[in-house]
Amino acid sequence: MKLSGSEIIIESLKKEGVDYIFGYPGGAVLHIYDALFAAKDIKHVLVRHEQGATHAADGYARACNKPGVVLVTSGPGITNCVTGIATAHMDSIPMIVISGQVSRHYVGSDAFQEADATGITRPICKHNFLINDRESIAETFRKAFIIATTGRPGPVIIDIPKDLTDPNIKINFEYKKNIKIRSYKVKTNECEDKIQDAAKLICSAKKPMIYSGGGVVLGKASTELTKLTKLLNFPITNTLMGLGAYPSSDSQFLGMLGMHGTYEANMAMHNCDVLLAVGARFDDRVTGDTKQFCPKAKIIHIDIDPSSISKIIEVDHSLIGNTKKILKKLITYTEKHKKTIDREAINKWWKKINSWQKKKCLSYSKSSKVIKPQAVIETLHKISKGKSFVTSDVGQHQMWVAQYYKFDKPNRWINSGGLGTMGFGLPAAIGAQLAFPKEQVICVTGEASILMCIQELSTCLQYGLPVKVINLNNRYMGMVRQWQEFFYEGRYAMSYMDAIPDFAKLAESFGHIGMVIDKPENLEKDLTTALGYKNRLVFVDVITDQTENVYPMIVNGKGHHEMHLAPSANEDIELA
Amino acid sequence: MNIDKRHIISILVENEFGSLSRIAGLFSARGYNIHCLSVAPTSDDSISRMTLVTNCSDTKASQLMKQLDKLVDVINVKDLTDETHIEREMLLLKVKSTLKQRDELKRLTDIFRARIIDVTDTTYTIELTGPTEKILAFIDSLGKIKIIEQVRSGALGISRGSESLEIKK
Ligand SMILES: Cc1ncc(C[n+]2csc(CCOP(=O)(O)OP(=O)(O)O)c2C)c(N)n1
Ligand SMILES: [Mg+2]
Repeated sequence: MKLSGSEIIIESLKKEGVDYIFGYPGGAVLHIYDALFAAKDIKHVLVRHEQGATHAADGYARACNKPGVVLVTSGPGITNCVTGIATAHMDSIPMIVISGQVSRHYVGSDAFQEADATGITRPICKHNFLINDRESIAETFRKAFIIATTGRPGPVIIDIPKDLTDPNIKINFEYKKNIKIRSYKVKTNECEDKIQDAAKLICSAKKPMIYSGGGVVLGKASTELTKLTKLLNFPITNTLMGLGAYPSSDSQFLGMLGMHGTYEANMAMHNCDVLLAVGARFDDRVTGDTKQFCPKAKIIHIDIDPSSISKIIEVDHSLIGNTKKILKKLITYTEKHKKTIDREAINKWWKKINSWQKKKCLSYSKSSKVIKPQAVIETLHKISKGKSFVTSDVGQHQMWVAQYYKFDKPNRWINSGGLGTMGFGLPAAIGAQLAFPKEQVICVTGEASILMCIQELSTCLQYGLPVKVINLNNRYMGMVRQWQEFFYEGRYAMSYMDAIPDFAKLAESFGHIGMVIDKPENLEKDLTTALGYKNRLVFVDVITDQTENVYPMIVNGKGHHEMHLAPSANEDIELA
Repeated sequence: MNIDKRHIISILVENEFGSLSRIAGLFSARGYNIHCLSVAPTSDDSISRMTLVTNCSDTKASQLMKQLDKLVDVINVKDLTDETHIEREMLLLKVKSTLKQRDELKRLTDIFRARIIDVTDTTYTIELTGPTEKILAFIDSLGKIKIIEQVRSGALGISRGSESLEIKK
């Protein structure tokens, strides 16, 4: 089969099973767009800003565990993708970004819309390619998909000069699925002995704790994690990225850990004697002061990335490899050694944990005058029966979703944990909604964040995406304001949101339904109405308590046992 | 464990566009210094070999090795520091050599087994290979002789014995 470079790109994408491309056209990719025009099996989603394309592809990937694909032009096209690529990279999301480049004979001449795409993206991606000849297009695409989706996943950029996509020059096309990349290997160190040793250590624990992260979601190991935890009857906590990998409604789940984690999860971390870390990377928002992190614990770390082992916290036992496979074997060995578990000690440990839970650290003062943001999330959870896909932006609202929307399934909670990218939520919801057209997709956002990618409301209209945008409108960059309240004596420099648009009207002007909820007594009724619109995007502007804070909170440099609790938390409970 | 020391690292890398900047970028992004670096082709045209010297603690070095290994272009990487290995560096040195100094220079080059590879009426150019300490000792020994220009290759390293970093064909 003889094909042009552009056709090879499209055929390669088909061979990889790509059904959606998120993109935006421009000079350097016009040949590719022309070939795409003729393609039937791949649907192109036209976003309104390239950053939106990357977040949408990212949201798609997070929802359905398939790589998201982006197509943009050279120069400003690819530079607009930088934030989205970095966002995906920090959370290890598989993504392919195809960027046009100026023709080869212009490269290096500061040509119109020339930018050094591979140079700019090098530190924020798993790998990138600049294609130099037509013959290597197909192979480069195959390599890119292999690299993006295997091992620890991540974004891969393919920069392709325009002349290589010329429709008039055709070459032989063959797509070899089985290619080897000699310099790329996914390393493992798992062996039966090591896994058996880990199982023995786990079973010897008197105060065990399981801490799991995004690696369980990405590694599709939620079932195994749940099975192992149940088998052991041990307490478990999830990181921000790992929420949903273990059912939040289960009694062994202690909630999220870390900076805004629950009292019980953080205290259990601080006091445990054996810690099983699964697909988590000991991020500073999780560990707090590393010198005080799990001071009494032997640590076992399961991860696909060798460089995650002992990077932040020295661990005692590492199992490097596919999380799902390792957990499966760990279950087998745990079954074998289960009888050695000191059940009496575990019961005592649970009693201790139950005493921490009595703090009721997520309680908040209810109000009949102002809408409490926490109540909005609890109500959303109730109406949607905890089954929605929920995306968020970054700020207090993000933490409240993590704390109060009790996710029971993986892939349902979609947020930018690593980079913390405001503007992520709405485009990510586009991707999730396209991956699951029949499911309810909710974007919980803040009045500051939503304005960073508001233009994507237009994309939602074009493709009829019935996303529900819930704007927790506190007229503040709430998270910034909270830090200023805590650490800058209430000097609210630039965190007050002045000149806020009328969001309901704004949504209407984009062709959607806009709603405002400003009274607590209307909250449930109006949210039910909003979520009830099956085929329409509804933008709900919820006017919330302006100065509510996120609790608990561990301030920088403090240990897990040094939390600030909400004023409403149960102070009387005797702890220690 | 946590005291900085000199680490010499060998890297086999795909001889591809951007490989070098990926490695250099990793060092700057993660706050490591590159004391010296040399890159050249191997017997296989598609592979380059680098030798790199950096100062850091053993803990940081082991993290660095993992990060280097993670780069897609890196085929193989090894920290030679704690195993028996051989190191050589080359020095090209152009010095002022007045008639009076010529004898002294000749004597010094002989002692260090260096060679004089170019001569003009006012200068000598000297070539010396050896471990870094020898190079430094030689430069030190020149005393008052004026150095016009100095070029060093940076260290090259190879492990002793039958081991090889190179991939089997
Ligand atoms: C692109 C970007 N710029 C700046 C920040 C820093 N930042 C973190 S939270 C926040 C405020 C977010 O305000 P809003 O969206 O209203 O959410 P709230 O905290 O009020 O719920 C800011 C500015 C960021 N995370 N991302
Ligand atoms: Mg706000």
